[in-house]
Amino acid sequence: MRKVAIISYGLTKVDKHWNKSLRELFGEAAKKALNEIEIPSIDAIIVGNMCASDLSDQNNIGSILADYIGAIPTTAYRVESACGSGGAALLSGFTSVASGMFDIVMVGGVEKLTDGIGKETTYSLGKAADAEYELFYGSSFVSLNALMMNRYMHVYKTPREAFADFAVLMHKNGAKNPYAQLPFEISRETVLNSETIADPIKLYDCAPVGDGAAVVILCPLEDAPKYSDTFVEICGISGATDTINVSSREDLLSLKSTVTAGMKAYKMAKMSPADIDVAEIHDTFTIMAALSLEDLGFAEKGKFDKMMNEGTFEPGGIVSVNPSGGLKSRGHPVGATGIYQAAEISMQLMERADKMQVPNAEVGLIQNIGGSGSNTYVAIMRRCR
Amino acid sequence: MSVPRYWREIPQRTRLEGQKCGCCGTVNYPPRARCLKCGSTSLEQYRLPEKGSLISFTIVRNPPLGFERNAPYALGLIELEDGTRITAQITDVELDDLRIGMPVESVFRKVSEDGDAGIIRYAIKFRPTFCNP
Repeated sequence: MRKVAIISYGLTKVDKHWNKSLRELFGEAAKKALNEIEIPSIDAIIVGNMCASDLSDQNNIGSILADYIGAIPTTAYRVESACGSGGAALLSGFTSVASGMFDIVMVGGVEKLTDGIGKETTYSLGKAADAEYELFYGSSFVSLNALMMNRYMHVYKTPREAFADFAVLMHKNGAKNPYAQLPFEISRETVLNSETIADPIKLYDCAPVGDGAAVVILCPLEDAPKYSDTFVEICGISGATDTINVSSREDLLSLKSTVTAGMKAYKMAKMSPADIDVAEIHDTFTIMAALSLEDLGFAEKGKFDKMMNEGTFEPGGIVSVNPSGGLKSRGHPVGATGIYQAAEISMQLMERADKMQVPNAEVGLIQNIGGSGSNTYVAIMRRCR
Repeated sequence: MSVPRYWREIPQRTRLEGQKCGCCGTVNYPPRARCLKCGSTSLEQYRLPEKGSLISFTIVRNPPLGFERNAPYALGLIELEDGTRITAQITDVELDDLRIGMPVESVFRKVSEDGDAGIIRYAIKFRPTFCNP
């Protein structure tokens, strides 16, 4: 298997981009990524997206995007794993370069959530859950997470404020991110006094709805110096699944897909959680952040708040968590989120993250979840000098 | 939702029909092609118990499409007497009275409808068990 590098990235600000279409957003990110490097051709475009068929009346977006960015006749296709679509695209791109099938692959993610009207967008996002056994009963994506959060608070006696404090940290980080959708600081009261969506989840526990596109360019590690002065290696990557139904899980307070994907990625990279300097994790809701930190090995079970209060996850802490502001503040352009994370960790390891820069970041991790934990993709990246 | 799509799930949604694995004894609900735990295909039809307890709940205040008229309503995770867990609405209860650990029992209820002329969808919901079991 060949070693794989990320040689370039491009992303748009996450926002309600009323004046830009799905293809324009992707084109903007792709142009930025291509401007940074000299490459002979693009052998494949693999793009993560969840909602285009519902909200933009568009399937077949591989072809649309290859056409729009002038890359015909390249291979191009979309992968879909709900919110994990970006991570799935990254894994697909990685395996196609590692295997020798393709040399230069553009891996992207694009989401245009504001093309939906009223409840269309939340309805489309809800399809990440089991349509027949969860949505049928009036569940939504938020309420399934609320079931986990209520259970967590019951079992571990975690104070409600702890979850609010995670959102506060995310906004503090995101305020420094030029690509963030909500780049402003908030207080604990902002969260606690915000509208209740599904008890105990408040509006400020949730990632916002927004549009965005991100792209990373992969090639064999040994070829990377030919195309770019700066690059990073993807040294571990994996994906795993869990039951689509939250109710069918053995442990309601553990994301088995994250545990499994994390263990496999750590093993492949020959690393452990202690080796990670900076991580971009999937905090769709503050409860997802708590479970993710624990299941990736950054916090003990039921104690994410204790570690958080000790400063473990702050920029420059033991592991800097979501210097971008995470899904909470940077935003969550669903199928693009995994690629935003990959681009942000690339920025960190290339020392191009400006005000977000974590000092001496050598190794970074991304974790991208689909549904309420029914799939997870984890990748570990290393700085190359 | 098409009528056949609603119709073919009736046994699971109205009678709580799942499967019991002939190999490892695991109860599969909803039904699967192979056992979730051991992968066996020796799965026999099995009816879930009708009583259990509430292990988590939420109150849906911002409802999904089609449930606007019901909000706010309670959604719960129920652990049945045999340990099987299911997601369902909790009904016949004051929302302030909901507690983790409260005993509940299944009851047949209307869940949603397809506009004025479409089908009315029914399924099992759960309600607090008031009398001694």
